[in-house]
Amino acid sequence: MNQAAKSAGIESVWRGGISPFAVSWRKLMMWLFIITDGLLFAGLLAGYGFVRLASPRWPNRAEIFHLDFIALMTFILITSSATMATAVGAARQGRPKTVVRFLLLTILGGLSFLGCQAYEWSKLIGEGARLSTNPWGVPLFSAAFFIITGFHGSHVLTGVLILSIVAVRALRQRVSPEGVELAGLYWHFVDLVWVFIFTLFYLI
Amino acid sequence: MVGEHSARVHEEPVSFWRRYIFSTDHKVIGIQYYLTAMAMALVGGTLAMLIRLQLGWPEAKWPLLAKIFPRGMSGGVMNPDFYLALITMHGTLMIFFVISLGLVSGFGNYLLPLHIGARDMAFPFLNMLSYWTVVPACVIILASFFVEGGAAASGWTAYPPLSAVEQAVPGSGLGQTLWLLGMALFIASFTMGGLNFVTTILNERTRGMSMMRLPLFIWTLLIASILGLLAFPPLTAAAILLLFDRHGGTSFFLPSGLYFGERVLPHSGGSPLLWQHLFWFLGHPEVYVLILPALGIALDLLPPFTRKPIFGYRLTVYSLFAIGVLSMIVWGHHMFVSGMNPYVGEFFAIGTLAITIPSAIIGFNLIASLWGARLQLRTPALFALGAIAFFGTGGLGGIFLGNATSDIQLHDTYFVVGHFHFMIGGVTLLALFGGTYYWFPKMFGRMMSERLGKLHFWLTFLSFYAVFLTQHFLGLGGMPRRYYAFSKFEFLAPIRDMNAFISIAAFVLGAAQLIFLVNFFWSLFRGARAEQNPWRATTLEWVAPTPPPHGNWGETVPEVHRWPYDYSVPGAPEDFTPQTVPPTVVTVTQ
Repeated sequence: MNQAAKSAGIESVWRGGISPFAVSWRKLMMWLFIITDGLLFAGLLAGYGFVRLASPRWPNRAEIFHLDFIALMTFILITSSATMATAVGAARQGRPKTVVRFLLLTILGGLSFLGCQAYEWSKLIGEGARLSTNPWGVPLFSAAFFIITGFHGSHVLTGVLILSIVAVRALRQRVSPEGVELAGLYWHFVDLVWVFIFTLFYLI
Repeated sequence: MVGEHSARVHEEPVSFWRRYIFSTDHKVIGIQYYLTAMAMALVGGTLAMLIRLQLGWPEAKWPLLAKIFPRGMSGGVMNPDFYLALITMHGTLMIFFVISLGLVSGFGNYLLPLHIGARDMAFPFLNMLSYWTVVPACVIILASFFVEGGAAASGWTAYPPLSAVEQAVPGSGLGQTLWLLGMALFIASFTMGGLNFVTTILNERTRGMSMMRLPLFIWTLLIASILGLLAFPPLTAAAILLLFDRHGGTSFFLPSGLYFGERVLPHSGGSPLLWQHLFWFLGHPEVYVLILPALGIALDLLPPFTRKPIFGYRLTVYSLFAIGVLSMIVWGHHMFVSGMNPYVGEFFAIGTLAITIPSAIIGFNLIASLWGARLQLRTPALFALGAIAFFGTGGLGGIFLGNATSDIQLHDTYFVVGHFHFMIGGVTLLALFGGTYYWFPKMFGRMMSERLGKLHFWLTFLSFYAVFLTQHFLGLGGMPRRYYAFSKFEFLAPIRDMNAFISIAAFVLGAAQLIFLVNFFWSLFRGARAEQNPWRATTLEWVAPTPPPHGNWGETVPEVHRWPYDYSVPGAPEDFTPQTVPPTVVTVTQ
């Protein structure tokens, strides 16, 4: 620990990248934020788990959702993670055109996911689901659904906005490889949260 | 990127607004936080005085107060709803808006870059944003006193159904909504601050400042910030669900069969226990967020006045980690009486009692640091010693409360109030004052009055014991907390009158703080000019000019060669060796 600090010059100490975590301050901050935000979803999902376990019965999701459609949404979002990873890789190799192209593909994936979610919401609302009531007997079912997917959706929307800003900056060649990577970290996090929601809310 | 960042730090803003109001300088932001906390403490303290007035003389009439609070004290007698709002807001303001803001954000922001040899925080702009997020939070929380129904009245823990059903009590209306909004803004601000703290500590240390050479206050800030970052998000989730319960018609925290008047409320399926779990998952780590930096200040105030190194540095650091980990898994000890499987209760009780081990290690390290000391009883030292006394007293009470068997008896009595105030009211407050007396010369370039400081200490210390130690005995006698008056309970008749004694002691305690205010503002303008290093201390902030300029260090950032507790090193020219002294001059001990 001492050795690393001593061998590094003042400037490199200032930007971080030394012990205990060899990352820059910006990336460290992003990781910390992701942990914090992850715990927010953990709180929401724990609350959902609590009310569901306390409920004598819980609606059958297979009758309410088209799980094939949800699986397609999941597939789209995970694919967008792959295109994001490609954009990060291209940024590291210094290929700005590829970066912009794959960022746009990622944004497209995010927007399609949001479109699917909007469709699903409007369908359920059309069937009479509200925050306080729904036709399937357990009011908290739709409450948990709207709050958790709504919160996740707002994160996806934020992600799309961040990616758009990064794409514009990449187009003007004003973004560092690390900037793309940080946006990518956030995007992967949002996707990972969806995997948990998909598993815990729709499948189990 | 890097060059851009450090260059921005060097530039000194010239306009008044950028320099003192919307400043990104960590020192200005720290002082802003500190003064905000001071203003909120005045409000929170006044509420405490009103609470004590009611509890001491529940049947008396105060016509003068009827003029100031026409609604809450109509006819000069306190309205029970007003009393509930008072205790709720006293707790909320003191915990979140005084201790958190003053101790963690105030001292943390001011001292962190100075202690680690940085020019500013990792994200100066985020730092400014975090302060200007907490200002509206303060305004919203204070505004809730003036809305219809008054301020929130469900306790600082905001348990449903009181906090979830809008009709429950007058304070459950708009007041509770504003409380939630204020807390949401506070959490957002605290999260920004915490991210900044952790990143800065880990990544912005100057050359030679290895983790094991950090002053202990910085270690406690690191652990406290991590705890805050992990614990606050679930409370945010709970607050979101509570807002939906209040305004969206959901019933996460509301079971079926609740009546209001003649009408059944439409809720079903939820459980108030869910809120208690989510709240205490924050609530318990939160008390460590507050008390660890307080202990850090106590630990750091001792060496300059004992003229010897702190005892057990490494063990203290390990104990801090142990406390941090354990504090995340013991929240259930607040819920022993809420109904839980006895085996779960046992798990929480064992975890809680396990925390006493690292806490006791820190306590013993504090006491052992006094062994063989050449003690100089200046004001900051008095406050540090007082904090040790409070930590010991409060800690002993904690053992009773952490144990499920005795907690079931003591739960919701004044024993809890007494214990909590010793720890979160006492240790933190004394550290806050001690830190102020100690760092005031660095912050403002002037010394505070020693005579007034000592008077302030003894009045605070003694009256604090009179108030809160006595409350322990009231609790053992079965006096429940949060009650508006005890005149109707026969079994409390023998101890009821002790409340008048407590109230008088509380007024002394409150008046003593006015001495501090006078001292603070008098010294700000009239105090004796301070030298650069008035306490002959070793840490980095005393190497910086007084008061430190923008960017802290002038041309070159200091280089660190030793740990921060090199006092009375054999063979050294003086009895203190600043961290910047190279090993060629004085041997490095750590």
